[in-house]
Amino acid sequence: MTNETQRTIDIVHAGLRKRYARERRFRLMGLMAISLGLLFVSILFLDISLKGYTAFQQTYLRLQVYYDPSIIDPAGTTRHDDLAFADYAALVKQSLRTVFPDVTDRQDKRELYKLASPGAGQALARRVLADPSVIGNREEIWVLANDDVDMLAKGKIDRDAPEDVRRLDDRALAWIDRLEQRGDIRKQFNTGFFSSGDSRQPEQAGIAGALMGSFYTLLLTLLMSFPLAVGTAVYLEEFAPRNRLTDLIEVNINNLAAVPSIIFGLLGLAVFINFFGVPRSTPLVGALVLTLMTLPTIIIASRSALKSVPPSIREAALAVGASPLQTQIHHVLPLAMPGMLTGTIIGMAQALGETAPLLMIGMIAFIVDVPQGVTDPATVLPVQIFLWADSPERAFVERTSAAIMVLLAFLVAMNLLAVLLRRRFERRW
Amino acid sequence: MQPLLLLIVIAGLMGFGYYFGRSRSVSMAEGFGGSNRLHSLPAYYGFYAALWAGLPALALLVLWMFFQDTIITWLVIGSLPADLQDLPAERLNLLVNDIKNLATGNIVSSEITAPIQAAADRYNQLREVARTSIWTLAISLALISLVIARSRISPQLRARNYVEKTVINVLVIFSTIAILTTLGVVLSVFYESLLFFRKVPVSEFLLGTEWSPQIALRADQVGASGSFGSIPLFTGTLLVSAIAMVVAVPIGLMSAIYLSEYAGPRFRAVSKPLLEILAGIPTVVYGFFAALTMAPFIRSLGESFGLEVASESALAAGLVMGVMIIPFVSSLSDDVINAVPQSLREGSYALGATHSETVKKVVFRAALPGIVGGILLAVSRAIGETMIVVMAAGLSANLTANPLESVTTVTVQIVTLLTGDQEFDSAKTLAAFALGLSLFVITLILNVIALHTVRKYREQYD
Repeated sequence: MTNETQRTIDIVHAGLRKRYARERRFRLMGLMAISLGLLFVSILFLDISLKGYTAFQQTYLRLQVYYDPSIIDPAGTTRHDDLAFADYAALVKQSLRTVFPDVTDRQDKRELYKLASPGAGQALARRVLADPSVIGNREEIWVLANDDVDMLAKGKIDRDAPEDVRRLDDRALAWIDRLEQRGDIRKQFNTGFFSSGDSRQPEQAGIAGALMGSFYTLLLTLLMSFPLAVGTAVYLEEFAPRNRLTDLIEVNINNLAAVPSIIFGLLGLAVFINFFGVPRSTPLVGALVLTLMTLPTIIIASRSALKSVPPSIREAALAVGASPLQTQIHHVLPLAMPGMLTGTIIGMAQALGETAPLLMIGMIAFIVDVPQGVTDPATVLPVQIFLWADSPERAFVERTSAAIMVLLAFLVAMNLLAVLLRRRFERRW
Repeated sequence: MQPLLLLIVIAGLMGFGYYFGRSRSVSMAEGFGGSNRLHSLPAYYGFYAALWAGLPALALLVLWMFFQDTIITWLVIGSLPADLQDLPAERLNLLVNDIKNLATGNIVSSEITAPIQAAADRYNQLREVARTSIWTLAISLALISLVIARSRISPQLRARNYVEKTVINVLVIFSTIAILTTLGVVLSVFYESLLFFRKVPVSEFLLGTEWSPQIALRADQVGASGSFGSIPLFTGTLLVSAIAMVVAVPIGLMSAIYLSEYAGPRFRAVSKPLLEILAGIPTVVYGFFAALTMAPFIRSLGESFGLEVASESALAAGLVMGVMIIPFVSSLSDDVINAVPQSLREGSYALGATHSETVKKVVFRAALPGIVGGILLAVSRAIGETMIVVMAAGLSANLTANPLESVTTVTVQIVTLLTGDQEFDSAKTLAAFALGLSLFVITLILNVIALHTVRKYREQYD
């Protein structure tokens, strides 16, 4: 017998070293898994920020512009319409020619004109329309440079690459170098990125339209989903009898939360657009779809908020003669509200980042104007990111990354708000 | 914004109704000895009148908004000359679109003929009539209901009970919206799929191995009908999801085990939220990352090993999708692992097992059903994921199991079929709905099984 036990402990001892090694390996694997996850987080953020931070600056050219009356207003009418449709690009070309008088070849000239963005002419037009008295004067003005110039200034075009694979050829490089020597090129904060709508020209493209679209869409989503979700949660949690129907509703809500978002896009297309005739591409139809999508999230959060209010509160209210509805409105809802708001903010953050269903309902359209209301065609920030990511121009990469940074900033802010709200108002009973 | 203005007017009437009902009840109560003789608090009489003023008018407005366009379109079609009315359905639809565009001053696709111009004028005129009549109808309805409410207010009226009953009924209506949504999804997707299966047999859709949806420009064109075999799409989806799960399951599961079994409270408090950041990042961001960073990286990596890698390889999309799903797997597994009772662990320690042996042989096995449920949820998430694959996976339907080649997925095809210019009745557009239906059914089954296992498992230890 003693021999036997002796042997067992021997076996245990013999295997112990191996077992401890295995223990350490297992622990290490867990640690590695977490570090890998965190590594992905940091790679993602680093990659996006490194690609995007340059977009917050934009390259400008200094031009000596002569507001030539014979181009702007040959008839001398100074009527707004005449001024608005004049050929301002010609002014830009003129002033570029005066900087480089040695460029005479037609082909070369055309290349030279490409240094300035088409937006330069529009800037001059705005200047003249705002103050027609500048006509006939000479003025120094900073205008947008073309996206290739911008990319070069930011070091994203390799000067040493062979000429035929480079976006800018040698003569353009020479021109740019000369401009730079004269101090006619500078980078400044890119206000246009936040104030203008989409454009085919990367240097002119901004996120203002997408931001407004997102704002209208989210506002409507909030207005529709919050009352609906809170109402549903209160009914299911506090009033509903436990029967087949309410069980069905519950299972339904849980399943809806896991339905792929693209299916909601199909629903929006078939039901809202084709059946009810809601206008396509508008924040209205986007909000309808996003409402259906975020409802389950908010309902589930609201129900758990209601559940965490102790029954004694309800019983006390009922005992002093409040009706069931009064109990809810006066006592339970105010206590559950922080939890409900937290859920709502998280749902809204989801809605803000959602892209797929909005592609189905036409929010993918190319829209230059900043939307003025919920029935104007619009796009939203994530869809804008998707559209830009598809554009071939090199300069759109940094704009896409910058737009992503803005989107992530909003999401982080919303989530922080949710966390703060929870910390501030969470009550343990 | 006509409806909005009307909504504001109705809200104003409701506000008026509130003060009106309230003061009416108070003044009536004076004859009986003060407002404490009322059945309910005066405010409830106010709400009572406000509800009377608002609800019927709002209901009318909602009905009107749903059906106005349909009815007007129907009337306009009815007024068209007979030869135009007899056009096939698609042509008629096009015509109606033209009429509407003309009426609202948009660009018209065909030339404007006299009957179309007349129809457009009629359309505008009908809309004008509709607009005036809804205003008159809604406001007079609100006023009439207010008069009714006024005649009903008396100290004996059980105003609170009426108001509360109405509120509860409204809540009931709210909570059925979840069901209506599901019903809407099922019916709309199902109906369009039926139309599709009338054009393309179910067997071809489910068993065919070639996917090339084409729109015929001419009826006699070669390959005009296109082919709608969905097998390559589903294998593509499976391939990408499988790659994603290969990344997400080990990393997610091991992180969950480490966080719940080994990590100290401080480490856990920092790293868990950091890991969950991954879940909050919009999928379009992952798509951008996959297309612009991951895909070129894998391509150059493959080339350095002498491998041919497609620029839109399944691997890039799958890897990034896996990263996206990590927090999903880890937080679900974390929950179930935490739910395993401590006594099981202590029993194992008492028998002399090491920590990792306990985890592997006791905790993991006890938590297995819940973990499987969580993984199933993650799979359904991966199958339904759209943006990453739209941006990083290809469009051509290859039947392949090679992760370095380009594949397409169900969701990618739905998006490409529905984001171009579309004619609603073509097989190409309808195919998207058939794909949507299969996607819905698959994810639904996965979800039901997953939720069922998770719930059943939870009951055992509670």
